[in-house]
Amino acid sequence: MRIVIIDDSGLRATVLEEGLRDAGYDDIHIVPPRGAFVARLERMAPDVVLMDLGSPSRDTLEEMLTVSRALAKPIAMFVDQSDDSMIGAAIDAGVSAYVVDGLRKERVKPVLELAVRRFNAFSRMQAELDEARTALQDRKIIDRAKSILMNQRGLSEQDAYALLRSSAMNQGRKIVDVAQALITASDLLGGGL
Amino acid sequence: MTINLKIAFLPLNDAAVLVAARERGFAEEEGIALDLVRTTSWATLRDRLVFGQVHAAQMLAPLAVAVTLGLSQQPAALAAPYKLGVNGNMLVMASDFAKALEPDVAARLSDPLGTAHDFAAAIGLWRRKPVIGVVHRFSSHALMLRYWLASAGVDPDRDVVLRVLPPSLTVEAMRAGEIDGFIAGEPWGSAAVDAGLAETVAIGERIWRRGVEKILAFRETWLEEHPDIVDRLLRAMARAAAWCDDRENHAVLAQLLADPRHVDQPADLIQRALDGQIVARAGEAPVANPDFMLFGREATPFPWRSQALWIYSQLVRWKMVDHDPATAQAAARVFRPDIFRRALANSDVPMPGASMKVEGAVDMPLAVGSRRGELTLGPDRFFDGRTFDPEQIEAYLAGFAPGR
Repeated sequence: MRIVIIDDSGLRATVLEEGLRDAGYDDIHIVPPRGAFVARLERMAPDVVLMDLGSPSRDTLEEMLTVSRALAKPIAMFVDQSDDSMIGAAIDAGVSAYVVDGLRKERVKPVLELAVRRFNAFSRMQAELDEARTALQDRKIIDRAKSILMNQRGLSEQDAYALLRSSAMNQGRKIVDVAQALITASDLLGGGL
Repeated sequence: MTINLKIAFLPLNDAAVLVAARERGFAEEEGIALDLVRTTSWATLRDRLVFGQVHAAQMLAPLAVAVTLGLSQQPAALAAPYKLGVNGNMLVMASDFAKALEPDVAARLSDPLGTAHDFAAAIGLWRRKPVIGVVHRFSSHALMLRYWLASAGVDPDRDVVLRVLPPSLTVEAMRAGEIDGFIAGEPWGSAAVDAGLAETVAIGERIWRRGVEKILAFRETWLEEHPDIVDRLLRAMARAAAWCDDRENHAVLAQLLADPRHVDQPADLIQRALDGQIVARAGEAPVANPDFMLFGREATPFPWRSQALWIYSQLVRWKMVDHDPATAQAAARVFRPDIFRRALANSDVPMPGASMKVEGAVDMPLAVGSRRGELTLGPDRFFDGRTFDPEQIEAYLAGFAPGR
């Protein structure tokens, strides 16, 4: 079964491809939806095309599938069309698939279910990455605020942190917000570090 | 009790009524919390609606007909009780291509028939078949472009290449030289003009005045099962549309649309189309087209069944569907004037007495029979002067030269 993944994000496509290879599919190609991707796809004659539901190039792909004489008419599929919760899962995960007409449903179903799981895994990775980035950013801000307090008020690092923390608690704000406010104030007063 | 409704839309000026309904409180007044779901392709918007991930969608009118007739992936009976606007498209072409056309852009835009013939001649001078971007095969834009090209003897399936791409990718595709021009809803044409990549060649409003554009589409079963919610939503839409039409509100509306959650393009670019001030060539004074896009006045939102049938006639003409009385009836049924009447029965929205009219027959603003209030229909002419009698589809189709 030849599977083509149309994807701009190298990482997501790789995550999906790895999953498919682990599951024993080995005829997998990744095509970014740019330039003459439609002609490339036509030459590949895939059985299954997987694409991010959020990709603006879906209309271009569908038009090609409609007019192509080289390909058997593939149809859009959301895993199991008779199962609303599966359709919902596929749409939530952002997976759309086009499957060559006539390919048995049982053969395609595991591919699509795998795609849904992998797309979800990718979204989680992405979210975790964003979280890690934010955490790093927050720590830098708090460190800077601490050093301002240490310098200006002669506090130990531990006390500086305790002061930030108690201010945040008293004001019902996040420590990083209090730290940011302190940095801004300090910059305005010309005492920034 | 507040009802949560999810409505899918594409980043386009004609999402205006939906955006205003939420941001200006018209939906809230009817007890509706609107969740607008931004979508980047018509395929995904269609799938979200067909598979019940949203309650309604801002849809290309021909796409709603096509989905119902089973021409666009999973078939589903869709229903359109409300039009979100009329017109608002423009065709832009690379400046090099436009050199072969009338240089005075105001004259060019006001004479679509002459420009179509100039365009036909320009095709021969171009180094290849011009590649023209359209947003979808089942879009009003594509049907109007085909109609316009064919009037000058250009076969849209043979003499040019129509390439499908979503509105938000049009400008980049122009820049990359992948297309020589495109027809799309605003603000994308203006964005290409401002970038110095293209000139305006024709505007939809001059091809078919009051031409059908986006509709509010529901799944028919859901629409039938939720009459109260549908009525409340339509009342909110009608008030939002009146607000959008008011020129005094255009600056605020343009700001709302410019928001990254909506169209995410500069407000001044968006406002040009709202005001009907079209800059056809970068740096030149705008050309005034006061009716460039309408939302509420002249019973704009009323879903004339004759307009669904005009769409059907064009699908037959371009061999996208075979003519059959049962198919025609299914197409006409997509537009639901009965629901419009029910929902807005006690509002001040002027209500046409009929559900069909001869399209293209009104030259001058015309006062017509209305169940309530004053109703003036605006000019609805096709640029070539043809009229479409929905009772005479075969005769209408026979009037086009064979192969066109």
